[in-house]
Amino acid sequence: MDAVLNSGDTAWMLISTALVMLMTVPSVALFYGGLTKKENVLNTMFLSLIAFAVTSLIWVLYGYQFAFGADIMGLIGSPANLFMNGIGVDKLAELAPTIPDFLYIAFQLTFAAITVALISGAIVERMKFSAWLAFIALWVSLVYVPVAHWVWGGGFLAQLGALDFAGGTVVHINSGVAALALVYLLGRRKDTRLLPHNLGYSVIGAALLWFGWFGFNAGSALTAGGLAASAFLVTNTAAAAGMISWVIIDYLKTGKPTVLGGISGAVAGLVAITPAAGFVTVPAAIIIGLVTSALSYLAISYLKPRIGYDDALDVFGIHGMSGIWGSVATGIFAAPFINELGTGLIYGNPGQLTAQVVAVVIVAVYSFIVTLVIGKLLDLTVGLRVTEKEEIEGLDTHLHEETGYRI
Amino acid sequence: MKKITAIIRREKLEDVKDALELVGIHGMTVSDVRGRGQQMGIRESYRGMDYCVDLIPKVQVEVVVDSEDLEKVIETVTENARTGDIGDGKIFVTDVLDVVRIRTGERGKKAI
Repeated sequence: MDAVLNSGDTAWMLISTALVMLMTVPSVALFYGGLTKKENVLNTMFLSLIAFAVTSLIWVLYGYQFAFGADIMGLIGSPANLFMNGIGVDKLAELAPTIPDFLYIAFQLTFAAITVALISGAIVERMKFSAWLAFIALWVSLVYVPVAHWVWGGGFLAQLGALDFAGGTVVHINSGVAALALVYLLGRRKDTRLLPHNLGYSVIGAALLWFGWFGFNAGSALTAGGLAASAFLVTNTAAAAGMISWVIIDYLKTGKPTVLGGISGAVAGLVAITPAAGFVTVPAAIIIGLVTSALSYLAISYLKPRIGYDDALDVFGIHGMSGIWGSVATGIFAAPFINELGTGLIYGNPGQLTAQVVAVVIVAVYSFIVTLVIGKLLDLTVGLRVTEKEEIEGLDTHLHEETGYRI
Repeated sequence: MKKITAIIRREKLEDVKDALELVGIHGMTVSDVRGRGQQMGIRESYRGMDYCVDLIPKVQVEVVVDSEDLEKVIETVTENARTGDIGDGKIFVTDVLDVVRIRTGERGKKAI
């Protein structure tokens, strides 16, 4: 690819970047906000909003440089342009040479921000806001940035051949496993029932997520071409298959399709296709979407109650489980005629599946352990959990002195 | 004077209202309430997990009438709110000491 600015690519990536921003606020904020109790709706939405703001600053100050700077021993990037100093407006991105560097930086910023926002779904209704603020800064710096370097910035997992088109390992497994670690430290809520106070918010949030995901996945082609179009189509296909699959499971289990099930299935499908979006065919996307809802459903309905962890809004169940399946499925279904960078098991390359599994395990273990350490550190200093009175009466009034609803 | 507080199914409100209208009772106060009686609640399912919601949404109709209209109102509400299934609701009757119409200052039966 010639290092010449392409205005079509640049326009598409500007739009994609804005679309991914939309996924965090309002999409995740609405999706999660509707599922919580009404006394916690503002706090829940704020967790996503503030995640976007804090990550935005970290990313331009040093995050991007360490994630995407020149590789140091496969582990971390070399920070050559801290605070964005020394980057001219006309400089082109090294990893996307037809668009401006600043645009690639902004695009990647939105990925970092949504990854943290996703974690918030697990810890809603009981975590101190001050602890969440500190968590965002530490987690982006110590978990997201290195993992992004390993997979996307030329680090050791990239060198190993692991594929992650738009964030199966970097975004979804990473956030899903971190969520699990954090809820382990936080403990269960006093009332662990999932009785959404406004499912309508969640439907709007999920629909906006689906819309924004086109920027997330098709934007990850980094050009406005055939690969972006292919990623767009398989993304939509997997989301649709995920929704249908969950609805079928609902019918089989209870005889009635639930709306929350439908949107959960769509999100699970979107998550699962994310690592595979630039590598697989439409039929493969259907299989990925159909299977992923069953896996997430099993995790939420059977694994969670059996183990007893309180992942409030099922971040691990949906993002973790579907992210793992999507990453493994990439190793199975990657088609060389879609993208020459990936040849999966069914096209004669079992090594790709091995690389995917290795990446999944390494990212999951690293994310879990470092998140545990960060969480423990915060628990011993600022404290992780609100008081029992604050939790029972709601975080909106106690932490923000506001209420979501006057009537 | 008596106050009839009827807690009924939401879907029966229109029937009860129309029936009371036919027997000459126009004034009423209606509110959305939640509560439970002897039934075990209703089932809701979220992401495959079943929950029993035992405070069930109902409608509360409050009507203040002259004592001689009491039985007529009770009969009308009972007939029109009944389905025969569990959860049809209850009627409470209380004495009313006085009624004041704020606009005119009228009191007692004239103010109903």
